[in-house]
Amino acid sequence: MSLAGERRGAGFYLMGVFFAAFVLFLYGPMLAIVLLSFQGPDGGLTFPMNGLSTHWFGELFKEQRVGDFKASFTRSVALALLVMVLTVLISLAAGLAFRRNFRGSAGVFYLTVASLIVPSILLTLGIGLMFDRLGLEAAWYSSGLGAHLTWTLPFGLLIMFAVFNRFDESYEEAARDLGASPWQVLRHVVVPIIGPSLVGVGLFGFTLSFDEFARSLMAIGVHNTLPLEIFGMTTTVTTPTLYALGTLTTVVSLAVIMVCLAAITWMQRRRSRQGSDAGKGLV
Amino acid sequence: MAARSGGRPAAWVTAAQLAPLVGVLAAFFLGPILVIFVVSFWDYSEFDLIPDFVFTNYVELFESGVTYTIYLKTLKFTVLTWAFTAVIGFGVAYFLAFHVRTLKWQIALFLVCTIPFWTSNLIRMIAWIPVLGRHGLVNQALLGTGVVEQPLEWLLYSDFAVVLAFVHLYTLFMVVPIFNSMMRIERSVIEAARDAGAGTWQTVWYVVLPLCKPGIAIGTIFVVTLVMGDFVTVQTMSGGQSASVGVAMNNKRALLQYPAAAADAVVLLAAVLAMVAMLMPLVNVRKEL
Repeated sequence: MSLAGERRGAGFYLMGVFFAAFVLFLYGPMLAIVLLSFQGPDGGLTFPMNGLSTHWFGELFKEQRVGDFKASFTRSVALALLVMVLTVLISLAAGLAFRRNFRGSAGVFYLTVASLIVPSILLTLGIGLMFDRLGLEAAWYSSGLGAHLTWTLPFGLLIMFAVFNRFDESYEEAARDLGASPWQVLRHVVVPIIGPSLVGVGLFGFTLSFDEFARSLMAIGVHNTLPLEIFGMTTTVTTPTLYALGTLTTVVSLAVIMVCLAAITWMQRRRSRQGSDAGKGLV
Repeated sequence: MAARSGGRPAAWVTAAQLAPLVGVLAAFFLGPILVIFVVSFWDYSEFDLIPDFVFTNYVELFESGVTYTIYLKTLKFTVLTWAFTAVIGFGVAYFLAFHVRTLKWQIALFLVCTIPFWTSNLIRMIAWIPVLGRHGLVNQALLGTGVVEQPLEWLLYSDFAVVLAFVHLYTLFMVVPIFNSMMRIERSVIEAARDAGAGTWQTVWYVVLPLCKPGIAIGTIFVVTLVMGDFVTVQTMSGGQSASVGVAMNNKRALLQYPAAAADAVVLLAAVLAMVAMLMPLVNVRKEL
């Protein structure tokens, strides 16, 4: 325990090493497959590197070799974008409702939490069976979309709770006093203030959907999304193509994360620059 | 106008705001669970489901010795994963909350811990192959330094690998809520403990840990439900050599024995809900956010 202003003790360095080891544990294996995905054409699944090439990335795009990478990738991105938009809109709407006490609020809350903790395998089995019994065709844009929303909406709503618990209502009151309609308050006051958090909800929506496997299993229909394709490959592919795929999907995830973080930082900077009139001579 | 300036919209506004959430959850969460429950009482042949009201799926489940072995195994994975994620998660959160002094660094290091969560779990499992495999980095190091003469076979495709992967994937679910609890602890409380003569360990044990109970409880709910309901981690990391409740269920599904898989699912759901019910009194989830 070190309080501000004190000298760093042995405890700090001990915990620092522990933390560093944890980070290595988190990232080390990932780093290994990123390196190995650039294995030479004769290289194998383990070190040492046998030359350096982008051979295995090329293999990825030859459809007959390793399943249908391009189509499943496109499907996954489309689904993730759809899930992202819906998660933001639905979570925001529900989050606004939860700011007021309404009858049954506890019920809706626990329903949402239950959706988060219910075993995925159970849910995907249920959705698959339900569509089958109803005579509907399971597809990524219907049953798959629903399955993913059961996973992303609870995260979205929990974030909205955290956001509105910290929200200063006097901004809204001020806007209302100035004659703003409820819609104008939402559009010009609430949404800009919580904008960064909404980007965060979108980030959860996109990445959780893009990588979702367990809830997709029986809910996606005949045309696979990327994680289902990857799972198929884990048992059949014994070349670094698997790692190339890992590197590519991770790069996509990282790019999305970086764009979101940049957007959040930009919004916060802009707000702190324009949100205050200090020093501008206004009364 | 009076209603508007008070900021309380009509009831229909609340209803409209909630409708999409409730609609999605009713259709894709409650509906499927209802279907599972109903189908668990159905009969089945090799090719077809037969609507019925029989208890054979449950009877077969409870009469089979395999069921108990599998549940025991799942419990073992759950307890081990919980213990490791709790201890590691507490340590990481503690470092972030009490040793890192500036908010900027706290945010940066917190993000470092969080980013892998937004990448693919499957890929993160695959990533252990070059590390733990027969010719992987660990074995190369052990052979190179002469610690072992034969490569260790139990590093990958084993129960060890399963627990390792769980810890790798789910420690974050402990870090975040525990960190959240720690950040709410008044620094004056810590100072008071120290002024009263408590050492570091005593402060952690008697002050920090009790105040982190809600965070630990939330993390536990996440980890326990994720591990108990898992099938892909066990399947992948054990190389199909180990089984959990989820794996058994998925096998029945693959054999098109849907009613049997549904009965399995109902029992699993009951077990998971029982676990959560035990933890819920420890924490007021909405207050923690």
